[in-house]
Amino acid sequence: MTRKSRRLWLVVACMIGLGSAAALTLNAFSSNIVFFMAPSQVHAKPPPADRTIRLGGMVVAGSVHREKVKDSPVNLFDVTDGQAAVTVRYEGILPDLFREGQSVVAVGTVNPDGTFRASEVLAKHDETYMPKEVAEELRRSGKWDPRFGKAPDAASWNTMTAADTPKKPATQTPDGN
Amino acid sequence: MNPELGNFALALACCMAAGQAILPLIGANRRDARLMALAPALAVGQMIALITSFACLIHAAITNDFSVQNVAANSAVSKPLLYKITGVWGNHEGSVLLWAMILSICGGAVALFGRNLPSALQARVIAVLGGVAAGFELFCLTTSNPFARVWPAPLDGQGMNPLLQDPGLAFHPPILYTGYVGFAVPFAFAIAALIEGRVDAAWGRWVRPWAVAAWCFLTCGIAMGSWWSYYVLGWGGYWFWDPVENASLIPWLTGTALVHSAIVVEKREALKIWTVLLAIGTFSFSLSGTFLVRSGILNSVHAFANDPARGVFILGLLALVIGGSLLLFAIRAPQLTTGGLFSPVSREGLLVLNNILLCSICAVVLTGTMYPPFMSLLFGKTISVGKPFFDATTIPLAIPLMVFMGFGPMVPWKRAQMWPVLRRLWWAACVALLALVLATFRMRDILAVLATATAVWVICSSIADIAERLRLFRQPLAQSWQRARSLPRAVFGAALAHAGVGIVVLGIAGMSQAAHRIVEVHVGESEMLAGDSWTLTDVHPAEGPNYSALVATIEVRHNGRLITTLHPSKRTFASQHQTTTEVAIHTNLLADIYGVLGDKHGDDANPTYVLRLHYNPLAPWMWLGGLIMAFGGALSLSDRRVRVGAPRRAKTVDVVVVQ
Repeated sequence: MTRKSRRLWLVVACMIGLGSAAALTLNAFSSNIVFFMAPSQVHAKPPPADRTIRLGGMVVAGSVHREKVKDSPVNLFDVTDGQAAVTVRYEGILPDLFREGQSVVAVGTVNPDGTFRASEVLAKHDETYMPKEVAEELRRSGKWDPRFGKAPDAASWNTMTAADTPKKPATQTPDGN
Repeated sequence: MNPELGNFALALACCMAAGQAILPLIGANRRDARLMALAPALAVGQMIALITSFACLIHAAITNDFSVQNVAANSAVSKPLLYKITGVWGNHEGSVLLWAMILSICGGAVALFGRNLPSALQARVIAVLGGVAAGFELFCLTTSNPFARVWPAPLDGQGMNPLLQDPGLAFHPPILYTGYVGFAVPFAFAIAALIEGRVDAAWGRWVRPWAVAAWCFLTCGIAMGSWWSYYVLGWGGYWFWDPVENASLIPWLTGTALVHSAIVVEKREALKIWTVLLAIGTFSFSLSGTFLVRSGILNSVHAFANDPARGVFILGLLALVIGGSLLLFAIRAPQLTTGGLFSPVSREGLLVLNNILLCSICAVVLTGTMYPPFMSLLFGKTISVGKPFFDATTIPLAIPLMVFMGFGPMVPWKRAQMWPVLRRLWWAACVALLALVLATFRMRDILAVLATATAVWVICSSIADIAERLRLFRQPLAQSWQRARSLPRAVFGAALAHAGVGIVVLGIAGMSQAAHRIVEVHVGESEMLAGDSWTLTDVHPAEGPNYSALVATIEVRHNGRLITTLHPSKRTFASQHQTTTEVAIHTNLLADIYGVLGDKHGDDANPTYVLRLHYNPLAPWMWLGGLIMAFGGALSLSDRRVRVGAPRRAKTVDVVVVQ
């Protein structure tokens, strides 16, 4: 084998390695990226049924209840961003930090009937912590703006329910109440 | 008094590190033996100062000195002693100090064990380590001082996050950090070689033990972290592709590539520039991994703090270290002599392939980790990539890697023929094919089937490699035993490490077949999962040192015979108003039986409990395989050839290679 052909072999091997890595990445990006959506976005433009999304918002106070389907407990709760609420069905144990009126992120798919089937529910370790996406969504919907002070206290989100929010959407005071 | 002593020792270490960075470099340039001799002395001095400093912080934590802000914020009187000690590195300030201490220990190790190095090279290596250490000690002193006082001192501390109060996590950070920081030594060797303008076989031989040692620690650290998330977080998962986990996986991948490419430098004097670049890259990834993550740029549960001053300092320091070393590389690399090219079918050819595939996997993981934060930074879109993305990208690249891995150790150097290698491996290939067929019936996912078959292939070919070298079954056993004793330990180490990879992959493939059920039962009711009957027999309250718990008793029976009794519990920590879930795991090494206690519902007279039951086949193999890999690395470190026969830098001296 000549020197030239050996060098060629090396270059071809590198190209195949990195090329296949790039191809796999692009392919996976086109089908496996998980978008974050707020409940109002889900209402406005429901994603296809096979598409996994992350749904984030506040758990509506008083909406958490349970059903029993074939010995398995199913948790149902509503998640709101202040504009609209989506009912989440989750078969599993809710995380220790899951509370009504707190921020939550649910990973799963949207059923044809508009409910959300979660495969995973995330509530963060810290009680005062709010997922970045949820904070961003609150800011967008006018519930809370970081420029006007700290995030509202978790307890005050109890009052943030889907029932009363659509009546006064954009005229909220910055602190969320 | 003690915290001030610690603070002073830290400042002293910082000054010594600065001296260590400058004086030996001047000495090496001027060939001034006295200045060069300062390097080991300063490195050892810096190490002692930092160990003192760290001991002072531990002392403050043990004696409940809540006038130290760090202790007040992270400790409490009621915390058990073990967690008072380990809590020292469970927070930002303490972990930076731990990081600096390990770096100084690395410098001390080069000073003590590197006596056979040429003094100019040793001085330069220690100087580079000193420069990095000075930067991080300054960072520790100015922006995150663990010895800062508060006044008035609180009566009790705020306590530690209960999730971190776990023996697995207690020792995970020091081991992981040793892995991260250990790659500073190959990095320093690379920079020293660039300054000298010389990379040769002897350099490859000096740098490899340091890289292997760091790799062993990193492997152990990652395995422990994964084990922790498996049994503490209680989701039954072992790897979440969280940015922090990826930050440890990326240097592991390039570090593995480095360990292999350094062999080519040592044996064939080729791939020199590439190896230098890998050494720089691995440490750069370690650095950015530990600090970008902790500065909160990558949003994650592991982020300690979001302090702009710290962020700016860290970004500046990273830019200086990484940018500076890459700039030096760009200037000096063309002056390094390039090695020969070689034929594709040869040991070095397969090692190149190993590097290409490992770096491709690394590129994919890096892209998947960095894409979401960049998208949100540049376009304000919040997206995330998770397990499906990483499964779809890394597994197809890992499968060819494992296929070639089976051939690697069997193929001779320079020029090889494929036929003799295939003839020696035929039985391993047959077993792998059998595994492929069996797996096709048991598993539905094509990637899991392929992973199983290639894992079996890797394990069998490692056995075949050793058997071939010992002429097992072709000679009397006594002669094979003689051969085994004269065979270098590095050969056994490599075979073990490769087999360990196979075992890890088998564990991962087995976990893809895991079954789980979530049930809601009264006390006394039974449920079926994976052929076993699980009965909740009792739930009772219990008190711990700083928590109160609800403990369940679950009896698992197979065909009426009791296999095990699980005691999962839920703990409530009063001081943090936090609840944690304690998983109960029973393992027979082939499968884990894993039970989680969930919420209590219904009235107190006849309550129901939510239980999550998992059956995880081959789960322990993932961590066992990781330990075997690290043990293989350690075994090759204990090889006589590493310790004796210090290579000289004469051009023609070739080390005797026992094949």
